[in-house]
Amino acid sequence: MKSHLLPEYIVERDYTKCTKCKVCIEQCTYGVHYYNAVKDTIESKSELCVNCLRCVVFCPKGAITIKRNYNIYRENYYWGQEIITSIKRQSEAGSAILTGMGCDKPYPIYFDRLLLNACQVTNPPIDPIREPIETRVYLGRKPHKIDLEINGGDISLKTALAPNLCVETPILFAAMSYGAVNLNVHEALARAAVECSTYFNCGEGGLHPNLYKYGDHIIVQVASGRFGVNPKYLNAGAAMEIKIGQGAKPGIGGHLPGEKVSEDIAMVRMIPAGTDVLSPAPHHDIYSIEDLRQLIFALKEATNYMKPIAVKIAAVHNSAAIASGIVRAGADIIVIDGFRGSTGAAPKVIRDNVGIPIELALASVDQRLREEGIRDEVSIIASGGIRSSADVVKAIALGADAVYIGTAALVAMGCTLCQRCYTGKCPWGIATVNPEIAKRLDPNDAYKRVVNLIKAWNIEIKEMLGAMGMDSIESLRGNREQLRGVGLTERELQILGVKMAGE
Amino acid sequence: MINIRGERFTSKGPLRAICCMRERGNGLGGGFAIYGIYPNFKDIYAFHVMCMNARAKRKVEEFLTRNFRILLSEEIPTENTDTISDPPIFWRYFLEPISSRLKDERVDSDDYIVNKVMKINVGIEGAYVLSSGKDMGVFKGIGFPEDLAKFFRLNEYKGYIWICHTRFPTNTPGWWGGAHPFNILDWSVAHNGELSSYGTNRRYLEMHGYKCTMYTDTEVLAYAFDLLVRRHKMPIELVAKVLAPPYWEEIDAMETRQRLIFTGLRQVYRSLMANGPFSVVVARHGELIGLTDRKKLRPLIAGVKDDFLYISSEEAAIRLISPELDRIIRPSGGEIIIGRLNRLSVIEVPSLRMVQIK
Repeated sequence: MKSHLLPEYIVERDYTKCTKCKVCIEQCTYGVHYYNAVKDTIESKSELCVNCLRCVVFCPKGAITIKRNYNIYRENYYWGQEIITSIKRQSEAGSAILTGMGCDKPYPIYFDRLLLNACQVTNPPIDPIREPIETRVYLGRKPHKIDLEINGGDISLKTALAPNLCVETPILFAAMSYGAVNLNVHEALARAAVECSTYFNCGEGGLHPNLYKYGDHIIVQVASGRFGVNPKYLNAGAAMEIKIGQGAKPGIGGHLPGEKVSEDIAMVRMIPAGTDVLSPAPHHDIYSIEDLRQLIFALKEATNYMKPIAVKIAAVHNSAAIASGIVRAGADIIVIDGFRGSTGAAPKVIRDNVGIPIELALASVDQRLREEGIRDEVSIIASGGIRSSADVVKAIALGADAVYIGTAALVAMGCTLCQRCYTGKCPWGIATVNPEIAKRLDPNDAYKRVVNLIKAWNIEIKEMLGAMGMDSIESLRGNREQLRGVGLTERELQILGVKMAGE
Repeated sequence: MINIRGERFTSKGPLRAICCMRERGNGLGGGFAIYGIYPNFKDIYAFHVMCMNARAKRKVEEFLTRNFRILLSEEIPTENTDTISDPPIFWRYFLEPISSRLKDERVDSDDYIVNKVMKINVGIEGAYVLSSGKDMGVFKGIGFPEDLAKFFRLNEYKGYIWICHTRFPTNTPGWWGGAHPFNILDWSVAHNGELSSYGTNRRYLEMHGYKCTMYTDTEVLAYAFDLLVRRHKMPIELVAKVLAPPYWEEIDAMETRQRLIFTGLRQVYRSLMANGPFSVVVARHGELIGLTDRKKLRPLIAGVKDDFLYISSEEAAIRLISPELDRIIRPSGGEIIIGRLNRLSVIEVPSLRMVQIK
């Protein structure tokens, strides 16, 4: 069948600059560039190009430019380019369209419609260069009140404090499984977590033995496939996370094709090499909230009640009520993953149409838990589409204790959001387990980039806190007084719990 | 100021002191909290209620009749002065909770009072309970303190603790209910500063049943003291460490037992940390407390002379009425000063030394 699809991008080469060094040919994992021996030139098959920009960055002469293909279908507001392309793709392949990363559609971005406050006159801003500003957060269950034993001049604590995770920055690394990404990525994130005094979530594919030494800074995940879950694994991490859902694909399981399941991955996941790895959509032992409670307590039993348990859900319409149930089921941390959250592979129709924005879900969960008087029994981690330190600050002001970042950390390592993670050919060496490509990602280099990012964001967070007149991030948590909305309807403002700018 | 022997004194000294700090106010708010003013009703709740109109007052009285035995209901005596314009109605009620209602609601009488105060403040438009303690009262409004003192005829009262405040309102409008001190039950708070953490503090207190109705950050401090001391049974010295906690760096360096206490306090009460500049004077029966934020972004100074403890934003105000002090105390950020009845010394609690409770 002849393909009717148009190339999305056009590769242009400046032959006055090209020295035929063939770096582009080596770097492109999609086979776009090739050497034409007859003409003694390098040529490109634009139709294979995904605009990952690997060749552009690595061309020593700057000879390559990737452009949008301006051969487009006749403009039609209703039948847009992507719609026509998708139909043509499906008419040729007969299957659901796969994609990677997070929803890229122009739904409203509430973070960009929220503005922060700053002190003027009556309240001095605090200069983070001269004054301490604290960004430490404890994540986990907190007792309702503190009971003290007072004995003459002696005071001691009667209340037993629950195990908590302590982070020096309110940013943790979101779950990305070994298999979806390779060991170099895991190592870089684990080491960055150690260096930044935060945590790295290893995702649902188990934890490679080489990384157990970073266990104090790792959250181990238990998902529907239970890959790599054993007592040693559970006790290796500082906390456990039960993955119920993922913002990029709520209600959908996962599928790691057999060709990606190398000996090493098979060993870590405790499955035979080369088999397809299917994470079911539901946990087959969780059909309602009471089953979740059993799993939470089974994990607590397995780890002697020494570690907090997080439960991760995708942000969906009924998140607030679900979150309330999760707190009452015994979770210590709730992770809410918004619809902008990324994935290694998801059906495009799900990624782009299911779930709701993290800002709205977070605001309504926080409010609901407060109305029920149980907000402080649990910590909330906002996840899915946190792009900058400003998003971190806004999420905390809306009610989060901390945030997860996934995409941002990968972008720091090299990712350009070309959305082809599911191909296993990631030219940046991230979303691939092919050892030849994976070795492009040097864990030393990647870890430094991620550490730099977190340090930079943490400086910016302190600047914003100081401007608001706060010397500790605790005072920002749920402090919606510090936010104002622009361009939002009254109903949107009401759900976010913020006033209109100017009010 | 407090007389630690509990001897009651007139408005003369406190009024001179607050008037000395005229630069700190602009006539859009002033007020007084006086302890020991109703010796004939020592154990009876005294509600000072402000009503914007007769309708609101009628509703308050209906509400009070339903929920309390009213021992005395009278207008708070006022005097018309040129400087006070358009005042609301001020009334005081001496109240006992109806015991069967206490049983029905399964609360103690203090909780009962807090609930009812919140109900009036939230539910009855134009009515606000300015104070609800026993043998004490708050007098406040729009004007300079000396004008308000004249308006409320404060020269007719004697008390053993006086809190005086003059206001220069900025973030919240100057209105009668927005003047300081703020009160709930026994607790009165006067505050110089602005809390950046107001949104966090308010939402935490709302979760514990307190409704913030006065549109100002100071209110949350009064409720914080009530929650921590009365309901959570925390010594006041530690309340100071909740509102103005040590830095994590300092906590990490403490010996184990102390570190656990401070870590616990900060973990559990993180939402009550008062962030931003404040110096605050807090009173309840038998105690007068001064505290600043941990960076000391607002001034606070204390002086001792014989049986008197003075706490003020300015030393000049203290020296004006007591030039020969026995001691002057300049607390650093987050250090609390407490003057207690029948105790000759002032308790200072340095930030990091283990708190001594005697």
